[in-house]
Amino acid sequence: MEWMVWTTPTLVFFLVIAAILAGMTAWEVISPTVERKGFLLISTTRGDRLFIGLLSAAYIHLVVVGFTPLTIWVALGASVLWALILMRWG
Amino acid sequence: MSKVYNNRAWWLILPMLLLVAFSAIIPLMTVVNYSVQDVFDANTRFFTGTEWFKEMLNDPALQAAVLRQFAFSLTVLAIEVPLGIGIALIMPRKGWQASIVLILVTMPLLIPWNVVGSIWQIFTRGDIGLMGWSLRELGYGYNITASPVDAWITIILMDVWHWTPLIALLCYSSLRSIPDAYYQAARIDRASNWSVFYYIQLPKLTNVLVIGVLLRFMHSFMIYAEPFVLTGGGPGSSTTFLSQSLTTMAIGQQDLGPSAAFSLIYFLIILLVTWVFYTAIMNMQKDDIKAEA
Repeated sequence: MEWMVWTTPTLVFFLVIAAILAGMTAWEVISPTVERKGFLLISTTRGDRLFIGLLSAAYIHLVVVGFTPLTIWVALGASVLWALILMRWG
Repeated sequence: MSKVYNNRAWWLILPMLLLVAFSAIIPLMTVVNYSVQDVFDANTRFFTGTEWFKEMLNDPALQAAVLRQFAFSLTVLAIEVPLGIGIALIMPRKGWQASIVLILVTMPLLIPWNVVGSIWQIFTRGDIGLMGWSLRELGYGYNITASPVDAWITIILMDVWHWTPLIALLCYSSLRSIPDAYYQAARIDRASNWSVFYYIQLPKLTNVLVIGVLLRFMHSFMIYAEPFVLTGGGPGSSTTFLSQSLTTMAIGQQDLGPSAAFSLIYFLIILLVTWVFYTAIMNMQKDDIKAEA
């Protein structure tokens, strides 16, 4: 696969995404999600909240990388924290 | 009660999944991979991390292109949706007139993008084009290669001409499915034309309008061939939209890393806008159902 010029960071990124999706599937099989309303004010399932979390993570990273001098790890930390809050109370 | 759930049929989508992985998922992953590197060839490459993203987000030309793109998409939506509804309302419902009008309205949709661009390119030329020549004879110095305002108006006119029929057709088909009894009841109640539109026709149109607006937004946000043929992005860069900026970077300059980073940003914008729009509409409908129940 050398010709596709994969790098370790991208590999880790996609493995984490794949692991999250697999984890969500397993969770769904063990205890199916119930649609509910949290602080987002729209009714969401677990998968909806994950999608919102991932999409906002992308934007958090773009803002931090593009417009602040902070390192990308700050963005990662903030995104994980935000995603957890979203999954629990969103 | 124990109901047996047999989900083995899901395995049947496996071949399709493999195909999609090969044609869409892995290529998208490749774009992510290229966006963090500077690749010259398979053996010469450098890991750049977030550098391209930083550069793209702070590029004034690209920021201007994003704003221009939003201005364009919102303008064509604001014109095409009301105009499409209006056309659908006055299109004849039956008889030979209906068939003829239907064909005439559909015509622009059948023309390929490049051809639409060429048609308008010739149409607007000052020396041989009907519109360009007429406007000049009337005393207006119309010139899309020199005046950004002329270029903008022409591109918007072209898009309205090409795509309003889509909205009109969607609305027309949905209006046709309203049973006559509704109109009869409205006549008995002496409902005004406006009430008929607001309480009978518009609710019926909501679903197709959601699809229509989504399609038109995505289409217009990705517009490439028409402005490229008509104005080539000019005068200056006044009609250079996102796709064209991207193509210049990726194909013209072979800057694969920056254009990959830019593609991802472009993709995220479309993803966000369509998701917000879709969720808003779906929730409005859910609330309606609850209110009725």
